[in-house]
Amino acid sequence: MTTPMLEVKNLRKSYGADLVLHDISVALAEHEVKVLVGASGSGKSTLLRAINLLEGIDDGQILLDGQDITAIKVNPDEIRAQIGSVFQSFNLFPHLNVLQNITLAPRKVHGVAKDEAEANAMQMLERFGLADKAKQYPDLLSGGQQQRVAILRAVITKPKVLLLDEVTSALDPILIAEVLALISELKGEGMTMMIATHEMGFAKRVADQVLFLHQGQIVEAGSAREILEDPKTPELQNFLSALREAGRL
Amino acid sequence: MTYQPSPLRLQREAARRRVSRQSTLVALISTIAIASVLVIVVTGAPGFKLVRQSFFSWHYAVSAFPHVLSGLWLNLRVMVIAEIFVLILGLLIALARTSHSPILYPIRLMATIYTDIFRGLPLLLVLFLVGLGVPGLQISWITNSAVVLGTTSLVLTYSAYVAEVIRAGIEAVNPAQRMAGRALGLTQSQTQSYVVLPQALRKVAPPLLNDLVSLQKDSGLISVLGAIDAIRSAGIETAQSFNFTPYVVAGALFVALTIPLTRFTDWLTRKQDRARVQQGQW
Repeated sequence: MTTPMLEVKNLRKSYGADLVLHDISVALAEHEVKVLVGASGSGKSTLLRAINLLEGIDDGQILLDGQDITAIKVNPDEIRAQIGSVFQSFNLFPHLNVLQNITLAPRKVHGVAKDEAEANAMQMLERFGLADKAKQYPDLLSGGQQQRVAILRAVITKPKVLLLDEVTSALDPILIAEVLALISELKGEGMTMMIATHEMGFAKRVADQVLFLHQGQIVEAGSAREILEDPKTPELQNFLSALREAGRL
Repeated sequence: MTYQPSPLRLQREAARRRVSRQSTLVALISTIAIASVLVIVVTGAPGFKLVRQSFFSWHYAVSAFPHVLSGLWLNLRVMVIAEIFVLILGLLIALARTSHSPILYPIRLMATIYTDIFRGLPLLLVLFLVGLGVPGLQISWITNSAVVLGTTSLVLTYSAYVAEVIRAGIEAVNPAQRMAGRALGLTQSQTQSYVVLPQALRKVAPPLLNDLVSLQKDSGLISVLGAIDAIRSAGIETAQSFNFTPYVVAGALFVALTIPLTRFTDWLTRKQDRARVQQGQW
């Protein structure tokens, strides 16, 4: 068996007395896409933030491409440079235009020359139909465009894993479709991804496996069809019926 | 079909024009009324003639002008040099105060004490302490030039203000921006210089420029140490003629110097407000 691209082993994390992640173990093979679903506060975002080392952990291990990134001697900046992260609130840099947003990490972190970084970024923007936005500032873009730029900013450095945290939660259905299309395309290119979402459309379209988190634990795991149509645990059944009532399923 | 404005729209526009004409008229009348009252009160005052002679004499204004102007050249140089140092020192203090690195703890502590002291001390006192106290130490390699020590005092005082303004800006940047920077693999200091600081400085540009306007004006205070600046030159003229007009001349020149920066600050503030309204952030 080959080593997984990302492996989380017995991860435990609490905020004071509040146990947020309780013995989480999950492995992500190269090119695999796993989707984390679960109610707000179930620990999805904390797990993603722990993986890109924005959040310290209490116990357990995280391995990226075989390397223990939770070891003490590891330089977190070097690890984050190999992981792409996209957030619910886009977090584009408002003082930089689209091209500058995308080329900042290649230039400053990966030492790519300005011309080359810009050429790469333009090529990518063209491929995803955003070339005409290159010189615009984030404020002037729609939410869907901003989020797509944020995703391109995260993948331009060819990360080993892409973490997407509720990337469509701030968007309306039409913009969600734009972002989903981009993510499907990335999957087609073999991007390894871990996606936290409320959007079941993600699960159906891109997930190789869906993990259902409940109170900091992985309660159920399976294909999108298994999770959505054949929930085994009462927790998942409750979650799905709540989604159905809210018209989100 | 071409668009025909509806009668409703025409009516509304006519009403708006009417209101706007009325506002202009009201503004005009109230300006004239207040100006007349002021003129009557001031010119009708029993001592008006005397005050006009001693503060607004054309004769003395003309004769003092070249001297005051040459003094102003010193103010101008002091201002520019002080502004450069204030911005650099203020930025460094703000960075020190917002850093979380344990190595920098003593520096952070010093920066906090520094801003506490120099924001509270009256500038005049700092001028006396530095301008008269430092030469009093009789250390051979420290200058006793009034200009240098006066400028130093300005820098010491204003750096404390500017540091606090910049610090406020740094703290006003959304923490998610810092997180996004770090998530891209940027180091702490790269995130600070490429992500946080540019946004912070934009946010605080108007209050920052306001402090610089204030600094320009206060450059006149170095005259208390004996530096021959515009105020001091005016004082020398006044001492010869017992007429205060040279001071008024100096004042007018200071105002003329600060107006460009004040207007620029206003313009920048309005521009930022407009951008905020456009983005729907009220």
